Amino acid sequence: MTLGRIIAVVPAYDEAEVIGKVVDEIRAFDPTIDVVVVDDASSDETASVAETHGAVVLRLPHNVGIGGAVQTGLKFALAEGYDTAVRLDGDGQHDAGELGKLLAPLERGEADLVIGSRFVDPGGSYRPPFARRIGIRVFARLVSILGGERVTDTTSGFLALDRIGIELFAAEYPHDYPEVEATLVALKSGLRLSQVQVRMRERETGSSSITFVQSLYYIVKVLLALLVASLRRYPRLEGARR
Amino acid sequence: MTPLRVSLVGVVASLLLILIVLELVRGRRLKERYALLWLATGVVLLVLSAWREALNTIAGWLGVTGYPPAVLFAVATLFILLVLLHYSTVLSKLTDENVELAQRIALLEERVARPKTD
Repeated sequence: MTLGRIIAVVPAYDEAEVIGKVVDEIRAFDPTIDVVVVDDASSDETASVAETHGAVVLRLPHNVGIGGAVQTGLKFALAEGYDTAVRLDGDGQHDAGELGKLLAPLERGEADLVIGSRFVDPGGSYRPPFARRIGIRVFARLVSILGGERVTDTTSGFLALDRIGIELFAAEYPHDYPEVEATLVALKSGLRLSQVQVRMRERETGSSSITFVQSLYYIVKVLLALLVASLRRYPRLEGARR
Repeated sequence: MTPLRVSLVGVVASLLLILIVLELVRGRRLKERYALLWLATGVVLLVLSAWREALNTIAGWLGVTGYPPAVLFAVATLFILLVLLHYSTVLSKLTDENVELAQRIALLEERVARPKTD
Protein backbone atom coordinates (compact mmCIF):
# COMPACT_ATOMS: atom_id res chain seq x y z
CA MET A 1 0.00 0.00 0.00
CA THR A 2 1.33 3.40 -0.93
CA LEU A 3 0.35 6.73 0.48
CA GLY A 4 -0.61 8.23 -2.87
CA ARG A 5 -1.29 11.94 -2.88
CA ILE A 6 -0.93 13.46 0.56
CA ILE A 7 -2.59 16.57 1.89
CA ALA A 8 -1.84 18.37 5.13
CA VAL A 9 -4.89 20.00 6.71
CA VAL A 10 -3.99 22.89 8.99
CA PRO A 11 -6.81 24.59 10.90
CA ALA A 12 -5.81 28.09 11.93
CA TYR A 13 -7.38 30.92 13.86
CA ASP A 14 -5.40 34.15 14.27
CA GLU A 15 -2.04 32.48 13.70
CA ALA A 16 -0.49 34.99 11.27
CA GLU A 17 2.75 35.04 13.27
CA VAL A 18 3.46 31.31 13.06
CA ILE A 19 1.38 29.97 10.19
CA GLY A 20 4.11 30.73 7.64
CA LYS A 21 6.60 28.68 9.58
CA VAL A 22 4.11 25.82 10.00
CA VAL A 23 3.54 25.68 6.23
CA ASP A 24 7.26 25.92 5.50
CA GLU A 25 8.08 23.06 7.86
CA ILE A 26 5.53 20.74 6.27
CA ARG A 27 6.90 21.54 2.82
CA ALA A 28 10.42 21.08 4.11
CA PHE A 29 9.49 17.63 5.41
CA ASP A 30 8.11 16.63 2.01
CA PRO A 31 7.65 19.13 -0.83
CA THR A 32 5.11 16.85 -2.55
CA ILE A 33 2.63 17.23 0.31
CA ASP A 34 -0.03 19.79 -0.54
CA VAL A 35 -0.82 22.07 2.38
CA VAL A 36 -4.31 23.41 2.88
CA VAL A 37 -4.76 26.00 5.61
CA VAL A 38 -8.32 26.38 6.81
CA ASP A 39 -8.72 29.91 8.08
CA ASP A 40 -11.49 29.89 10.68
CA ALA A 41 -12.47 33.52 10.11
CA SER A 42 -9.30 34.99 11.58
CA SER A 43 -9.17 38.70 12.26
CA ASP A 44 -5.48 38.90 11.32
CA GLU A 45 -3.50 38.10 8.16
CA THR A 46 -3.44 34.33 8.67
CA ALA A 47 -4.95 33.58 5.26
CA SER A 48 -2.72 35.82 3.16
CA VAL A 49 0.44 34.78 5.02
CA ALA A 50 -0.41 31.11 4.45
CA GLU A 51 -1.04 31.80 0.78
CA THR A 52 2.30 33.61 0.42
CA HIS A 53 4.00 30.52 1.82
CA GLY A 54 2.40 28.37 -0.84
CA ALA A 55 -0.58 26.86 0.94
CA VAL A 56 -4.02 26.50 -0.52
CA VAL A 57 -6.28 28.54 1.74
CA LEU A 58 -9.90 27.83 2.54
CA ARG A 59 -11.52 30.88 4.12
CA LEU A 60 -14.50 30.23 6.36
CA PRO A 61 -16.91 33.17 6.31
CA HIS A 62 -17.49 32.89 10.04
CA ASN A 63 -15.93 31.01 12.91
CA VAL A 64 -17.09 27.38 13.00
CA GLY A 65 -14.74 25.94 15.63
CA ILE A 66 -11.64 23.83 15.17
CA GLY A 67 -13.56 20.65 14.35
CA GLY A 68 -15.61 22.41 11.71
CA ALA A 69 -12.40 23.84 10.25
CA VAL A 70 -10.66 20.46 10.13
CA GLN A 71 -13.73 18.95 8.51
CA THR A 72 -13.66 21.66 5.84
CA GLY A 73 -10.12 20.60 4.95
CA LEU A 74 -11.14 16.94 4.86
CA LYS A 75 -14.06 17.72 2.59
CA PHE A 76 -11.57 19.45 0.33
CA ALA A 77 -9.30 16.37 0.49
CA LEU A 78 -12.21 14.13 -0.42
CA ALA A 79 -13.39 16.31 -3.30
CA GLU A 80 -9.88 16.62 -4.72
CA GLY A 81 -9.23 12.90 -4.48
CA TYR A 82 -6.37 12.79 -1.98
CA ASP A 83 -5.42 9.35 -0.68
CA THR A 84 -3.89 10.38 2.62
CA ALA A 85 -4.47 13.33 4.94
CA VAL A 86 -2.54 14.54 7.95
CA ARG A 87 -3.75 17.16 10.38
CA LEU A 88 -1.47 19.60 12.16
CA ASP A 89 -2.53 22.57 14.24
CA GLY A 90 -1.87 26.06 12.95
CA ASP A 91 -0.21 27.17 16.19
CA GLY A 92 2.92 25.15 15.51
CA GLN A 93 2.60 22.71 18.43
CA HIS A 94 2.70 19.75 16.07
CA ASP A 95 6.19 19.16 14.72
CA ALA A 96 6.17 18.44 10.98
CA GLY A 97 9.44 16.57 11.51
CA GLU A 98 7.35 13.85 13.19
CA LEU A 99 5.13 13.28 10.16
CA GLY A 100 7.23 10.30 9.07
CA LYS A 101 6.27 8.41 12.23
CA LEU A 102 2.63 9.29 11.72
CA LEU A 103 2.58 8.12 8.11
CA ALA A 104 4.49 4.87 8.62
CA PRO A 105 1.53 2.72 9.79
CA LEU A 106 -0.54 3.98 6.85
CA GLU A 107 2.26 3.16 4.45
CA ARG A 108 2.44 -0.38 5.81
CA GLY A 109 -1.34 -0.62 5.38
CA GLU A 110 -1.81 -1.35 9.07
CA ALA A 111 -4.15 1.48 10.01
CA ASP A 112 -6.84 3.82 8.76
CA LEU A 113 -6.28 6.38 11.50
CA VAL A 114 -2.97 7.15 13.15
CA ILE A 115 -2.91 9.31 16.25
CA GLY A 116 0.25 11.05 17.29
CA SER A 117 0.15 10.29 20.98
CA ARG A 118 2.23 11.83 23.73
CA PHE A 119 1.84 8.80 25.97
CA VAL A 120 2.40 5.59 24.01
CA ASP A 121 5.82 5.27 25.53
CA PRO A 122 5.53 5.47 29.32
CA GLY A 123 9.03 6.94 29.49
CA GLY A 124 8.06 9.80 27.21
CA SER A 125 9.05 13.26 28.27
CA TYR A 126 5.68 14.98 28.00
CA ARG A 127 4.44 16.01 31.45
CA PRO A 128 1.30 18.13 31.24
CA PRO A 129 -0.09 19.88 34.33
CA PHE A 130 -1.70 17.53 36.84
CA ALA A 131 -5.37 18.36 36.16
CA ARG A 132 -4.91 18.07 32.43
CA ARG A 133 -3.04 14.79 32.79
CA ILE A 134 -5.94 13.34 34.78
CA GLY A 135 -8.43 14.59 32.19
CA ILE A 136 -6.49 13.11 29.30
CA ARG A 137 -6.20 9.79 31.10
CA VAL A 138 -9.89 9.63 32.04
CA PHE A 139 -10.96 10.33 28.48
CA ALA A 140 -8.51 7.76 27.14
CA ARG A 141 -9.81 5.14 29.56
CA LEU A 142 -13.43 5.92 28.69
CA VAL A 143 -12.83 5.72 24.95
CA SER A 144 -10.91 2.48 25.46
CA ILE A 145 -13.84 0.94 27.33
CA LEU A 146 -16.55 2.23 25.00
CA GLY A 147 -14.59 1.60 21.82
CA GLY A 148 -13.18 -1.77 22.83
CA GLU A 149 -9.57 -0.93 22.07
CA ARG A 150 -6.84 0.56 24.21
CA VAL A 151 -6.22 4.23 23.43
CA THR A 152 -3.62 6.31 25.22
CA ASP A 153 -4.19 9.86 24.04
CA THR A 154 -7.57 10.83 22.64
CA THR A 155 -7.05 14.55 22.96
CA SER A 156 -4.26 14.76 20.43
CA GLY A 157 -5.10 16.59 17.23
CA PHE A 158 -1.97 15.37 15.45
CA LEU A 159 -3.24 12.61 13.18
CA ALA A 160 -3.06 10.90 9.82
CA LEU A 161 -5.90 9.33 7.85
CA ASP A 162 -6.21 7.05 4.87
CA ARG A 163 -9.00 7.37 2.34
CA ILE A 164 -11.53 5.62 4.62
CA GLY A 165 -10.65 7.92 7.50
CA ILE A 166 -10.98 10.97 5.27
CA GLU A 167 -14.41 9.80 4.14
CA LEU A 168 -15.58 9.15 7.69
CA PHE A 169 -14.45 12.47 9.16
CA ALA A 170 -15.53 14.49 6.11
CA ALA A 171 -19.03 13.17 6.77
CA GLU A 172 -18.98 13.18 10.56
CA TYR A 173 -16.75 15.28 12.79
CA PRO A 174 -17.76 17.24 15.89
CA HIS A 175 -17.51 20.98 15.41
CA ASP A 176 -15.95 21.92 18.71
CA TYR A 177 -13.47 19.96 20.84
CA PRO A 178 -13.67 17.08 18.35
CA GLU A 179 -10.77 14.73 19.06
CA VAL A 180 -12.08 12.51 21.85
CA GLU A 181 -15.48 11.85 20.31
CA ALA A 182 -14.00 11.42 16.84
CA THR A 183 -11.69 8.68 18.14
CA LEU A 184 -14.67 6.77 19.52
CA VAL A 185 -16.65 7.25 16.30
CA ALA A 186 -13.68 5.92 14.32
CA LEU A 187 -13.44 2.83 16.53
CA LYS A 188 -17.17 2.18 16.35
CA SER A 189 -17.07 2.57 12.57
CA GLY A 190 -14.50 -0.20 12.40
CA LEU A 191 -11.45 1.88 11.49
CA ARG A 192 -8.10 0.40 12.36
CA LEU A 193 -6.38 2.68 14.84
CA SER A 194 -2.69 3.02 15.38
CA GLN A 195 -0.92 5.21 17.91
CA VAL A 196 2.61 6.43 17.63
CA GLN A 197 4.73 8.33 20.09
CA VAL A 198 5.43 11.86 18.94
CA ARG A 199 7.10 14.92 20.34
CA MET A 200 4.97 18.00 20.67
CA ARG A 201 6.22 21.48 21.12
CA GLU A 202 5.23 24.09 23.62
CA ARG A 203 3.14 26.71 21.92
CA GLU A 204 5.17 29.47 20.33
CA THR A 205 2.87 32.42 20.85
CA GLY A 206 0.15 33.21 23.31
CA SER A 207 -1.06 30.94 26.08
CA SER A 208 -3.41 27.99 25.93
CA SER A 209 -6.68 29.23 24.52
CA ILE A 210 -8.73 27.38 27.11
CA THR A 211 -10.00 29.23 30.18
CA PHE A 212 -11.36 27.62 33.33
CA VAL A 213 -15.01 27.92 32.29
CA GLN A 214 -14.14 26.60 28.85
CA SER A 215 -12.39 23.59 30.31
CA LEU A 216 -15.47 22.82 32.40
CA TYR A 217 -17.56 23.07 29.25
CA TYR A 218 -14.99 20.92 27.45
CA ILE A 219 -15.19 18.14 30.02
CA VAL A 220 -18.97 18.09 30.27
CA LYS A 221 -19.49 18.42 26.52
CA VAL A 222 -17.08 15.61 25.72
CA LEU A 223 -18.56 13.32 28.39
CA LEU A 224 -22.05 13.91 27.01
CA ALA A 225 -20.83 13.37 23.44
CA LEU A 226 -19.17 10.09 24.45
CA LEU A 227 -22.28 8.90 26.25
CA VAL A 228 -24.50 9.68 23.28
CA ALA A 229 -22.03 8.29 20.75
CA SER A 230 -21.84 5.04 22.69
CA LEU A 231 -25.63 4.75 22.38
CA ARG A 232 -25.61 5.45 18.65
CA ARG A 233 -25.00 2.92 15.94
CA TYR A 234 -22.39 3.68 13.35
CA PRO A 235 -22.32 1.80 10.07
CA ARG A 236 -19.21 -0.30 9.65
CA LEU A 237 -17.32 1.32 6.84
CA GLU A 238 -16.75 -0.56 3.63
CA GLY A 239 -13.09 -1.44 3.39
CA ALA A 240 -12.25 -0.90 7.03
CA ARG A 241 -10.82 -3.94 8.86
CA ARG A 242 -10.33 -5.97 5.75
CA MET B 1 -63.56 25.15 42.83
CA THR B 2 -61.64 27.73 40.86
CA PRO B 3 -62.59 31.33 41.69
CA LEU B 4 -64.66 32.77 38.82
CA ARG B 5 -62.32 35.73 38.40
CA VAL B 6 -59.33 33.43 37.89
CA SER B 7 -61.26 31.54 35.21
CA LEU B 8 -62.15 34.80 33.44
CA VAL B 9 -58.56 36.03 33.48
CA GLY B 10 -57.45 32.63 32.19
CA VAL B 11 -59.92 32.75 29.31
CA VAL B 12 -58.97 36.30 28.34
CA ALA B 13 -55.24 35.58 28.56
CA SER B 14 -55.40 32.40 26.47
CA LEU B 15 -57.67 34.06 23.89
CA LEU B 16 -55.16 36.90 23.70
CA LEU B 17 -52.33 34.40 23.14
CA ILE B 18 -54.25 32.68 20.34
CA LEU B 19 -55.12 35.98 18.66
CA ILE B 20 -51.55 37.30 18.85
CA VAL B 21 -50.18 34.08 17.36
CA LEU B 22 -52.75 34.14 14.55
CA GLU B 23 -51.98 37.78 13.82
CA LEU B 24 -48.23 37.04 13.69
CA VAL B 25 -48.85 34.19 11.23
CA ARG B 26 -51.17 36.38 9.16
CA GLY B 27 -48.50 39.07 8.94
CA ARG B 28 -45.92 36.39 7.96
CA ARG B 29 -43.82 37.20 11.00
CA LEU B 30 -44.28 33.68 12.38
CA LYS B 31 -44.22 30.49 10.34
CA GLU B 32 -47.10 28.06 10.73
CA ARG B 33 -44.58 25.44 11.69
CA TYR B 34 -43.54 27.38 14.79
CA ALA B 35 -47.04 28.68 15.53
CA LEU B 36 -48.56 25.24 16.08
CA LEU B 37 -47.14 24.59 19.54
CA TRP B 38 -48.13 28.08 20.68
CA LEU B 39 -51.67 27.61 19.36
CA ALA B 40 -51.90 24.26 21.11
CA THR B 41 -50.78 25.99 24.33
CA GLY B 42 -53.46 28.67 23.89
CA VAL B 43 -56.23 26.18 23.12
CA VAL B 44 -55.43 23.87 26.04
CA LEU B 45 -55.24 26.80 28.48
CA LEU B 46 -58.48 28.21 27.06
CA VAL B 47 -60.31 24.92 27.53
CA LEU B 48 -59.00 24.41 31.06
CA SER B 49 -59.87 27.99 32.02
CA ALA B 50 -63.39 27.93 30.56
CA TRP B 51 -64.37 24.41 31.57
CA ARG B 52 -64.16 24.78 35.32
CA GLU B 53 -65.44 21.30 36.19
CA ALA B 54 -62.77 19.70 34.03
CA LEU B 55 -60.03 21.69 35.78
CA ASN B 56 -61.47 20.59 39.09
CA THR B 57 -61.53 16.93 38.05
CA ILE B 58 -57.98 17.01 36.73
CA ALA B 59 -56.81 18.71 39.90
CA GLY B 60 -58.44 15.87 41.81
CA TRP B 61 -56.61 13.27 39.71
CA LEU B 62 -53.32 15.00 40.30
CA GLY B 63 -53.87 15.28 44.02
CA VAL B 64 -54.07 19.08 43.92
CA THR B 65 -56.59 19.55 46.69
CA GLY B 66 -56.40 23.16 47.82
CA TYR B 67 -56.29 25.27 44.72
CA PRO B 68 -57.27 23.89 41.28
CA PRO B 69 -55.86 26.84 39.24
CA ALA B 70 -52.40 25.55 40.20
CA VAL B 71 -53.03 23.00 37.46
CA LEU B 72 -53.32 25.87 34.97
CA PHE B 73 -49.85 27.05 35.97
CA ALA B 74 -48.48 23.55 35.74
CA VAL B 75 -49.92 23.00 32.26
CA ALA B 76 -48.74 26.40 31.06
CA THR B 77 -45.23 25.69 32.39
CA LEU B 78 -45.17 22.30 30.72
CA PHE B 79 -46.10 23.79 27.36
CA ILE B 80 -43.51 26.54 27.68
CA LEU B 81 -40.88 23.87 28.37
CA LEU B 82 -42.03 21.98 25.28
CA VAL B 83 -41.80 25.10 23.14
CA LEU B 84 -38.30 25.88 24.45
CA LEU B 85 -37.11 22.33 23.89
CA HIS B 86 -38.50 22.45 20.38
CA TYR B 87 -36.62 25.69 19.77
CA SER B 88 -33.41 24.09 21.01
CA THR B 89 -33.75 21.36 18.40
CA VAL B 90 -34.45 23.96 15.73
CA LEU B 91 -31.41 25.93 16.87
CA SER B 92 -29.21 22.83 16.73
CA LYS B 93 -30.34 22.07 13.21
CA LEU B 94 -29.74 25.66 12.13
CA THR B 95 -26.25 25.56 13.68
CA ASP B 96 -25.35 22.43 11.72
CA GLU B 97 -26.75 23.84 8.51
CA ASN B 98 -24.94 27.10 9.12
CA VAL B 99 -21.58 25.35 9.54
CA GLU B 100 -22.25 23.24 6.45
CA LEU B 101 -22.98 26.40 4.45
CA ALA B 102 -19.83 28.12 5.72
CA GLN B 103 -17.79 25.07 4.72
CA ARG B 104 -19.29 24.99 1.25
CA ILE B 105 -18.66 28.69 0.76
CA ALA B 106 -15.02 28.20 1.76
CA LEU B 107 -14.65 25.30 -0.69
CA LEU B 108 -16.45 27.08 -3.53
CA GLU B 109 -14.53 30.34 -3.07
CA GLU B 110 -11.26 28.47 -3.29
CA ARG B 111 -12.43 26.75 -6.46
CA VAL B 112 -13.61 29.99 -8.05
CA ALA B 113 -10.37 31.79 -7.22
CA ARG B 114 -8.19 28.91 -8.43
CA PRO B 115 -6.18 29.71 -11.57
CA LYS B 116 -7.41 27.72 -14.56
CA THR B 117 -4.93 24.97 -15.34
CA ASP B 118 -6.32 23.89 -18.72
